[in-house]
Amino acid sequence: MKYVDEYRDPAAARALISAIARVARRDWTVMEVCGGQTHTLLKSGILQLLPAGITLVHGPGCPVCVTPLEQIDKALEIAARRQVIFCSFGDMLRVPGSAGSLFDAKAAGGDVRIVYSPLDAVNLARDNPRRQVVFFAVGFETTAPANAVAVEQAGRTGLRNFSILSAHVLVPPALEAILQSPGCRVQGFLAPGHVCAVTGLRDYERIAETYRVPIVVTGFEPVDLLDGIRLLVEQLERGSAAVENQYSRVVRTAGNPAAQDAVSRVFEICPRKWRGIGEIPASGLRLRAAYREFDAEVRFNLAATGVAEPPECISGLVLQGIRKPHECSAFGIRCTPETPMGAPMVSSEGACAAYYLYGRQ
Amino acid sequence: MAGNKDFQLACPLPPPAGDRIQLAHGGGGRLTRQLIEQIFLPAFSGLELDARHDGAVLPFEGARLAFTTDSFVVDPPVFPGGTIGDLAINGTVNDLAMCGAEPLHLSAAFILEEGFPVDTLRTVAESMRLAATRAGVGIVTGDTKVVDRGKGGGVFISTSGIGVVRTPSAVDPRRVTPGDAVLLSGDIGSHSVAILSVRGGLEFDSPVTSDTVSLWPAVDALIRAGIEIHCLRDATRGGVATALNEIASTAGISITVNESEVPVTEPVRGASEILGLDPLYMANEGRFLAIVPQSDGARALETLRGIGVSSGARMIGRVTEGGRPRVTLRSPIGGMRVLDMLSGEQLPRIC
Repeated sequence: MKYVDEYRDPAAARALISAIARVARRDWTVMEVCGGQTHTLLKSGILQLLPAGITLVHGPGCPVCVTPLEQIDKALEIAARRQVIFCSFGDMLRVPGSAGSLFDAKAAGGDVRIVYSPLDAVNLARDNPRRQVVFFAVGFETTAPANAVAVEQAGRTGLRNFSILSAHVLVPPALEAILQSPGCRVQGFLAPGHVCAVTGLRDYERIAETYRVPIVVTGFEPVDLLDGIRLLVEQLERGSAAVENQYSRVVRTAGNPAAQDAVSRVFEICPRKWRGIGEIPASGLRLRAAYREFDAEVRFNLAATGVAEPPECISGLVLQGIRKPHECSAFGIRCTPETPMGAPMVSSEGACAAYYLYGRQ
Repeated sequence: MAGNKDFQLACPLPPPAGDRIQLAHGGGGRLTRQLIEQIFLPAFSGLELDARHDGAVLPFEGARLAFTTDSFVVDPPVFPGGTIGDLAINGTVNDLAMCGAEPLHLSAAFILEEGFPVDTLRTVAESMRLAATRAGVGIVTGDTKVVDRGKGGGVFISTSGIGVVRTPSAVDPRRVTPGDAVLLSGDIGSHSVAILSVRGGLEFDSPVTSDTVSLWPAVDALIRAGIEIHCLRDATRGGVATALNEIASTAGISITVNESEVPVTEPVRGASEILGLDPLYMANEGRFLAIVPQSDGARALETLRGIGVSSGARMIGRVTEGGRPRVTLRSPIGGMRVLDMLSGEQLPRIC
């Protein structure tokens, strides 16, 4: 399969592992930001094949994991209403809120549906004029453009029964939060390739310069990740702090201007709570005033719930790369994919789920 | 960042144990197993159910009868490569075959929803006739119920089957021993992808057709070749990964699988990549795992490859000693990882 097989080639992977072993003279701790990258590292067994001095810590780039409890509680409240068809990407359905998950809401009679695109939800709204169709707009800069287009389309066609519950988050503010954290161990980043394909590299260049930290924009296949690690280790060894683009087959320096325009027409930057981390200023997206009627929080008049997240699991530390999932005392015992304590155990991109599925001893 | 103290390292308590059935309870993974272990086994404890096999083997007047039952609720009822009727026949035939039994007689019970098109039912019934003829079984008794509109999914079919065990010794996962060879009868995932390709909300052209077929010819060939069969398991709900985990846990052994030996066709790989699903967890309706002694491995493989329904057979791994029973996968680049049971429903990922 083109664009897949060459990036999973065992010979190429082995050559890169040897190259990393040759260049790495000191110990380095680097973070792969995206949960998709975490899963590839564990699924292909790369972590066991790297030199012992290279430590990968797993970043907050799992949209399901960082969606705050209060947004999930709002989703549950909306999904329980009789006239609502609540649409979401599949991953979100199992994430626990304060009282159950969207799967529980579905089992209790809520009309909760998995869709593959926000435009599917727009079509549902068109086909069900007597129902209120709500789309759970989660994700990073990757999913925001399609959600913006869906809202614009609903606006253009005069759909009065479509709205979104926005939980959008942005990567660069989270990286800065990690770098400013007193426990920060991260010396370099493998930046999320697909996010950069939308946004371009500008924010990452600013971060590399401000914090003197090397950043390699990296893809998601085993050979991509090994190549990204090699480039990052080479930079660290020579004391460089530049942005490099390993994923140039997808990522352009300026990103995707059409997608950026769509996002900025519909959304504006806002503060956002990150689950397990807390509020990060200017790290989220909400609908602009002109599109406020498509905001489910406005349409359903939801007040902030102010739920407290009891201090039980260490997902905040895991999401910042300070601790590893298996260092949690609940890991695999009281916290499993069937009874997740924290969202990283739920999503296919969550670090805890990746350790549980692929690495449990 | 308003200040580093804003990093509240907190996470919610787990939700209370679910008090309602979720879809994942029927997914063939861990929740299904919990349901069986916590609800059904305590209520119906009997020696045969405890074997966690696809069917029961019952001694009867000197013969060993195999008896099994299964229900079919697939949506849509007609899909590329088959119908719910094909699944209802082949599924029960295969449960008998996995006991080492030659399938003989089947029953079929229908639950129909008010308003279901008779034409579709005719198509389903005709496909059942053809599948039964091909599998050499008779449908000898049946039942029909109709429920109110909105209270059923169009057509549900339940079939039960009786067969006669033809293996000289019992086919039982507890006979699996370290060193045994693990064989897979062909490429995986095509049934799931065929269903997904026609299900609402997903639009991609796919030439993939369901693999639904009777597996008895392949099992029959193994028996006739004198292969000592330790365990047979069709890789239906939960896929190959879940079947291997069930065997490992029942037998108290570990299994190591070479990922590059597991056959997956290009269209199935493509669909899996797009959807973020793993073919190892996808349901199959015409694929099975056979575990045989190492000394019989090569001959078993050759025998399977000589039969149409298992011509794509591969030796995918080995049974190993191992403290805690588990299934380990060797990735193509040489890394090892745990291949766990399916947990909940396999969910399409976000990005």
